[in-house]
Amino acid sequence: MTRWAVQAEGLTKTYGRVRALDGLDLEIAPATVTALLGPNGAGKTTAVRVLATLLRPTAGRAVVAGHDVLRDPDAVRRTIGLAGQYAAVDENLTGEENLRLLARLHLLSPTVARRRAAELLEQFDLVDAGRRVSRTYSGGMRRRLDLAAALVNRPEVLFLDEPTTGLDPRSRQQLWEVLRGLVRDGTTLLLTTQYLEEADRLADDIVVIDRGRVQAQGTAGELKGRLGATRLTLGLGSPGDAHAAAVALDGVGVDLEVDGARVVLQVADGASALAQSAARLHRAGLAALTAEVTEPSLDDVFLRLTGAVAA
Amino acid sequence: MTTTAVSETSVSRSTPRPALASLTHTRLLVWRNLVTVLRDPQAAVFVLVQPVMFVLMFRYVFGGAIAVPGQSYVDYLMPGIFVQTVVFAGITTAVGLSTDMRTGIVDRLRSLPMAPWVVLAGRTFADTLRSAVVLVVMGLVGLAVGWRPEGSPLDLLVGAGLMLLFGHTLLWAYALVGLRSSTPEAAQAATFPLVFPLVFASSIFVPVASMPGWLQGFAENQPVSVTATAVRALAAGTDGDGAVLQSALWSIGLLAVLLPLASWSYRRAGS
Repeated sequence: MTRWAVQAEGLTKTYGRVRALDGLDLEIAPATVTALLGPNGAGKTTAVRVLATLLRPTAGRAVVAGHDVLRDPDAVRRTIGLAGQYAAVDENLTGEENLRLLARLHLLSPTVARRRAAELLEQFDLVDAGRRVSRTYSGGMRRRLDLAAALVNRPEVLFLDEPTTGLDPRSRQQLWEVLRGLVRDGTTLLLTTQYLEEADRLADDIVVIDRGRVQAQGTAGELKGRLGATRLTLGLGSPGDAHAAAVALDGVGVDLEVDGARVVLQVADGASALAQSAARLHRAGLAALTAEVTEPSLDDVFLRLTGAVAA
Repeated sequence: MTTTAVSETSVSRSTPRPALASLTHTRLLVWRNLVTVLRDPQAAVFVLVQPVMFVLMFRYVFGGAIAVPGQSYVDYLMPGIFVQTVVFAGITTAVGLSTDMRTGIVDRLRSLPMAPWVVLAGRTFADTLRSAVVLVVMGLVGLAVGWRPEGSPLDLLVGAGLMLLFGHTLLWAYALVGLRSSTPEAAQAATFPLVFPLVFASSIFVPVASMPGWLQGFAENQPVSVTATAVRALAAGTDGDGAVLQSALWSIGLLAVLLPLASWSYRRAGS
């Protein structure tokens, strides 16, 4: 049996009649990045809060880093790091004091805590700022300090709830670099995001959730492929030819549409559909003047999934 | 940010005895909360200047119009205003906790392997220590404006201890308010209906005998008045008719209810 870094079965959390989580299943392999992707109110934050032991689920079970979140929450807490939606830093403490306090609360000795704080300040480019109270920090610096704070105990599993919200593109890129480094060193990362680009660029595995359930899961490529949203656009000589081509191409794609002198096909595999189309057109005595294959974007996938659910 | 930074510090994951760990956690959080007050000039002013202003105002502005039989008003006033100070001290407890909830600090602390009550203990013990400092400053100001306690130093120490115990007990009620409030502003607003009847329908500023009959029963026996009476007796070096014991029992009884209630509320915070 594989030992998952995070494993959840049927997680349910209800508030009165609202089901924030509705039977969420999740399996995350060690040293990978998983993005929980979903619209506002999909249950992303609730899922993270349950896995990080902040919230007791109404039903279901979850094991994080080998420990059950309900039966042994303190063991989970020793091995996780959490950075929530707000940069949870103490404004009246310096950056260094913030980190040292958390290290000490993790029961590291004063000497080790000091060393760990210094290390993290360096890693997050906060050495000079470390001596200033964090009230004076910019938004990006606070975010970095907050993330550093989540790492004082070298967590095996790191939960980040919308880590790059409010960051400028450059800071976002920098943060992604740091996160990739952590995963290379063996950390398992679960992050929530509303940014498709972030999920696409950072995550090995994307879990699309909506209404408290998993709607789809896979790599970015798999999700795009499985939902068959690749488009093949063929340009014919005239609208008449296009209609004749539509008849000849019947059954090549999952969907076919004539638009003026163009035929647009929704296909699963762009290359083989192109070859097949060329052969069929040739047999029908037609020829395409232009051909274009457009790969689907994750946006298409996301809208299809969550839109289909909402409809 | 350096992505290649080599971090060598190993973080061993030992599990020491829980009681010892909780003591360390509480001590660290007390330090954090005290530093926070010291570095926030607004908070420092609120904490220190306001009680001193109350002393001066009641001594020189209202004091002339209030007659207390058999005692100079300043000697009547000072023990009362000490008690008022420890009772009001909890407003910052409620606001501070609520702010920590709002900014996500409580979430971060709850994601650490700590007993659920240490965050509240760190807050309430820090605020009690702060009250102790404020009491000393107020005592000195009192002496400067004519307060002449006749009790022994031991009596005064017992009085201070009694007030700090009572104040500490109330801090757990304030903590409960802070945890149940959605914003720091709401927390502050919620403390007023809790505190005002206790402070003003009491023997803190005026003798209960001057109040209408229907109010006297409450004003005489509620714990704020009992504590003020006890401290007055100790400061005057007289026998307080068991008020000292009564006040201590109030504190212990309330604490037995409030402490588990606040801890329970903390565990559920944010759910």
